[in-house]
Amino acid sequence: MSQFKYAYYTGCAAKGVCPELHQSTMAVCRALDIELVELKAASCCGAGVIGELEPDTQLAMNARNLKLAANQGVPMMTVCGTCQGVLARSHQELSDGDTRDRINQVLGNSGGVYDGGPKPRHLLWALIQDYGLARLESKVVQPLHGLKVGPFYGCYMLRPSDYLGFDDPYNPKSLEQVISALGAEPVDYSGRTKCCGFPIVLESESSAMQMVGTNLIEAQDNGAHCLVTPCPLCHMNLDLYQEKAEQEMDREIGLPILHLPQLIGLALGLDPKELGLDKNMVDTDALITEVVGA
Amino acid sequence: MRIEIQIQRFDPDNGQEPTYESFRLEVPRHITVLDAIIQIKDEQDGSVTFRRSCRSAICGSCAMRINGRSGLACDTLVVDELDRFGEIKVQPLAHMPVLRDLAVDMTPFWNRIESVKPWVEREEGTEPEWPVEKETLMPQSFVDELDDVSRCIMCMACFSACEIAEVDDDFLGPAALAKAYRMVADPRDCETGERLSKLNEHGGYWDCTRCNQCVEACPKDVKPMEAIVSLRREAINSGLTDTVGSRHITEFLNIVRQEGRLNEGRMPLKMKMSQPMELLKIMPMAMKMLAKGKLPMPIHPPIPRVREVRRIMDAKGKGESK
Repeated sequence: MSQFKYAYYTGCAAKGVCPELHQSTMAVCRALDIELVELKAASCCGAGVIGELEPDTQLAMNARNLKLAANQGVPMMTVCGTCQGVLARSHQELSDGDTRDRINQVLGNSGGVYDGGPKPRHLLWALIQDYGLARLESKVVQPLHGLKVGPFYGCYMLRPSDYLGFDDPYNPKSLEQVISALGAEPVDYSGRTKCCGFPIVLESESSAMQMVGTNLIEAQDNGAHCLVTPCPLCHMNLDLYQEKAEQEMDREIGLPILHLPQLIGLALGLDPKELGLDKNMVDTDALITEVVGA
Repeated sequence: MRIEIQIQRFDPDNGQEPTYESFRLEVPRHITVLDAIIQIKDEQDGSVTFRRSCRSAICGSCAMRINGRSGLACDTLVVDELDRFGEIKVQPLAHMPVLRDLAVDMTPFWNRIESVKPWVEREEGTEPEWPVEKETLMPQSFVDELDDVSRCIMCMACFSACEIAEVDDDFLGPAALAKAYRMVADPRDCETGERLSKLNEHGGYWDCTRCNQCVEACPKDVKPMEAIVSLRREAINSGLTDTVGSRHITEFLNIVRQEGRLNEGRMPLKMKMSQPMELLKIMPMAMKMLAKGKLPMPIHPPIPRVREVRRIMDAKGKGESK
């Protein structure tokens, strides 16, 4: 058994619209000797959307999810920034005895009562607090020298900080630390802590596309060759919708958006296909050529 | 302790863009950013312009952007900023015209507050069943629900931090919507329905992107975004369901009930099913996703033990206290 073992909560996006996230997570964790037990019976976290109408339904679904992880006897690990934010909040709300009792009444017939467990952690946090940056660095076989990477955290990885407590919400460091450990250079730009606009893309596409466009252009103008994000919903808006954002901003952008494990995988020398880089909407070929130096 | 503070200066009369001016000064270790700026005005440059009054995080006058974060200068220690950022840069609040240096024209903010009728409306001619010379009391549970939103000191930090205010001039913003919820949740108010209908339109509660910037920025823990979410819930529960936002939540619940997970490929189809033209518009993107091998199947096999999730959904209201 590996020294590092997690109950792997994929979230919906990695099993749906972002299969490359799940694919690259599996490849990277295999290469880093991190053991993942996938929580196949885990449900959607509610994404804050279910909680808008039915807060207790969302909380009970996550009590069930956290219970599935606790059954494994190892901490839960996510690869979705939004799931991380929602699960961390549920975890904290369920630490209150009265709330837990109330939710357990709902949960009774649905996977058993929840009686606490370790705080869920995103792959990004697990790499820093458990695995260690030095160890990660020692696994790098293809240092990403010369590559300028813009970190894009996503709201749920940062705010509200009361529920998360990992990064400083106004001056986070974790993505920069990982980017540096891989040999690349983090790009500083104010958009790194901003919203991608995904939650309002159906409600108000123009606002959402301005948010995407503004953040991408700022990063690009500050020298970024690509962005990396720990959230597949941010990835969707920044990558899938980038063409629409280009129309909204009337400017060509063409900035590749990488999932966190995709960037790590490149530095570990993994095959770009294995990392699903061919599935990204904005073409990653030029970026790969630059990294591999071919 | 010797420190440097960079203040964004702007003089409407000289026709120049705002620029940072650097001030160096000797301060006690635990000085606030506001007191440091007051010291600069006293000792170095009397023309530095900013608002302040109580210096105790009560009046809400001294909100500004400190190293990009919207908040009260009197509530922010110089040492903390230096620890976090290694420097101190102050700017006026965002999303309002700058009058001079750190002072903004608050009209856009107050117009929004005024538009939500920030007072309790009583039906004319109705009097409470208790002596009117006394206060109009309400049950403690209502007071608890109003507790967060009642703490607002109108400092405008949330409006400055709001990411939608950045891209949509019509958005009412966190403080005004939190104030609206404060009235909606007040049992003495008789215009709940009108308020919810009005805010159901563009610029109201559905335009929030839930980025939590307002929750993070608020110096009084008002949690404006939570109030916005509560407005959405009140709206749907009162029958205002013919909106993109409301349909999104309903379809989200339906899909998760069936599959246990959200199928992002199915959501746009569900949302636009009734509008063939809209459906056509998303086709090009769908085709490209298909070519990249990332178009999800319209229906996924459900997760194992999906019945447990459905039971949770059916049990709503059983143990619910909210």
